[in-house]
Amino acid sequence: MPINSDHIKEKINTQFGDGVLAWDDSSDILCVEIKSEINLKVLTYLYDEPSLAFQFLTDLTGIHYPEKTGNEIGVIYHVHNLKENTRLRIKIFVPVGKPDVYTASGLFSGANWMERETFDFFGVNFIGHPNLKRVLNVDEMDYHPLRKEFPLEDQTRIDKDDEMFGR
Amino acid sequence: MPEQANIVLPEGSLEKQTTRLNLGPTHPATHGVFQNILEMDGERIIKAESTVGYIHRAFEKLAERRPLYQITTLTDRLNYCSAPLNNMGWHMTCEKLLGVKTPKRVDYLRVIIMELSRISDHLICNSIVGVDTGAYTGFLYVMQYRELIYEIYEEVCGSRLTTNMGRIGGFERNFTNTAFEKLEKFLEEFPKVWKEFENLFMRNRIFIERTKGTGAISAERALNYSFTGPNLRAAGIDYDVRVHAPYSSYEDFDFIIPVGTTGDNYDRFMVRGEEVWQSLGIIRQAYEKVQSFKGKDAEIYHADAPEYYLPAKSDVYTKMEALIYHFKIVMGETEIPAGEVYHSIEGANGELGFYLVSDGGRSPYRLHFRRPCFIYYQAYEEIVRDTMLSDAIITLSSLNLIAGEMDA
Repeated sequence: MPINSDHIKEKINTQFGDGVLAWDDSSDILCVEIKSEINLKVLTYLYDEPSLAFQFLTDLTGIHYPEKTGNEIGVIYHVHNLKENTRLRIKIFVPVGKPDVYTASGLFSGANWMERETFDFFGVNFIGHPNLKRVLNVDEMDYHPLRKEFPLEDQTRIDKDDEMFGR
Repeated sequence: MPEQANIVLPEGSLEKQTTRLNLGPTHPATHGVFQNILEMDGERIIKAESTVGYIHRAFEKLAERRPLYQITTLTDRLNYCSAPLNNMGWHMTCEKLLGVKTPKRVDYLRVIIMELSRISDHLICNSIVGVDTGAYTGFLYVMQYRELIYEIYEEVCGSRLTTNMGRIGGFERNFTNTAFEKLEKFLEEFPKVWKEFENLFMRNRIFIERTKGTGAISAERALNYSFTGPNLRAAGIDYDVRVHAPYSSYEDFDFIIPVGTTGDNYDRFMVRGEEVWQSLGIIRQAYEKVQSFKGKDAEIYHADAPEYYLPAKSDVYTKMEALIYHFKIVMGETEIPAGEVYHSIEGANGELGFYLVSDGGRSPYRLHFRRPCFIYYQAYEEIVRDTMLSDAIITLSSLNLIAGEMDA
């Protein structure tokens, strides 16, 4: 039986009060946006609270919204209660100048590489991570390629010599 | 003067009793491009450090500039042993965002193809485990029968390994009679072969002694490491996306989820082996259901979604509307609705998830692949600690690591 979303909302709202910024149930998975500094508290609470027990981290990734000043970098967690078969999406946003987020790798061992990947591509600094270094890109790289300031090549550009490698 | 006095050893080497061994990036035993730096005490592994990313191709970045159909070809190259699974997972994600409802017949046809590719993936994984324990025959033997699966793919979509199969809403064309004949041939011949293959291994003493008790991970650790798929089920957790969140009408089928108990290499082998039998059962049921469609219903192979489904070529030449849609789809001019979806399917390696965020443009604002390989490979360091090197090689292959999926 999936957990009632009202129950999840009520539990989190009473526990964290104004740490909860917004609820969104318009998409496929119930989604909550919380303040970035309480991310680990929320994840731990969701893990330990018996009536919620979101103990499986499905996915962790980042997103970049350059126009949202002060909240440019987002980190998105998908947690799953396997017994009750309920999913929950948690979002936090941090400024691009100071993208500090507490690591979840102490709670979920699987978060280790997912956080390294998010650091690699978005430059999120996971405080307390045991081994925060690049995982997919080369170590010498000095930028974070999935941020929006690195556009892909314009497919209609004509200033290139296409004789050899034309498309 | 003792005769060894002229040998100059590097400084500190007498105090340091361990050796550093580089396994990979390209090594026949790793079956893919990734590196393991092992700290060895004799043949015992004390510490392992994994390095990945040798074939990283920035799919998530590329997807931010591509219309939906051009992303299908990127998904092919994730887990290339079961490309149709990735294709269909991606198409179903798009359908979820676009609100396209697929007819039952399409779902069943998809199930046939998805289960065939699950078989082809497990078949490679299990036979490679055999190779790494020193039995090459099984691999060469079942490889012939993967060919039968590839012939079915070829008949359905025209290509073999990186299939780019299907469209949003269904298939590009109806299955031909030849495709069904080939499927029947496969269903006829393959079970005997798989039985024979299992006979070679299941109660083979050498194989059991090489695999039993090696590379084990407990259920708690596997869950904590976000394991999914056969590797999690081998540890004893019956989590299967096909049952927990049925997609493509999987709720209409009758099958069981095999689970192991110890999570070691032998259990992983057995779980994959049993899943092949279950997949065969599902294919038979799906084929029967497909056969039950008669007359006009048997002609349905795609959903009615003209904005996203490429029209037939004959219509493009004769009908104005079809021409417009064709142009818009091919040039990627169709704007997709804003929203975000997470859709996951039971890939051959576990939960293959697509997290798609759209801002209403022509391509995704952000697309993230949840790649099961990448997530469970981080546990390798823990699994192989304090085991023998030769066991670590089998663990590597029985986890079924596909470098393409790991690096995206």
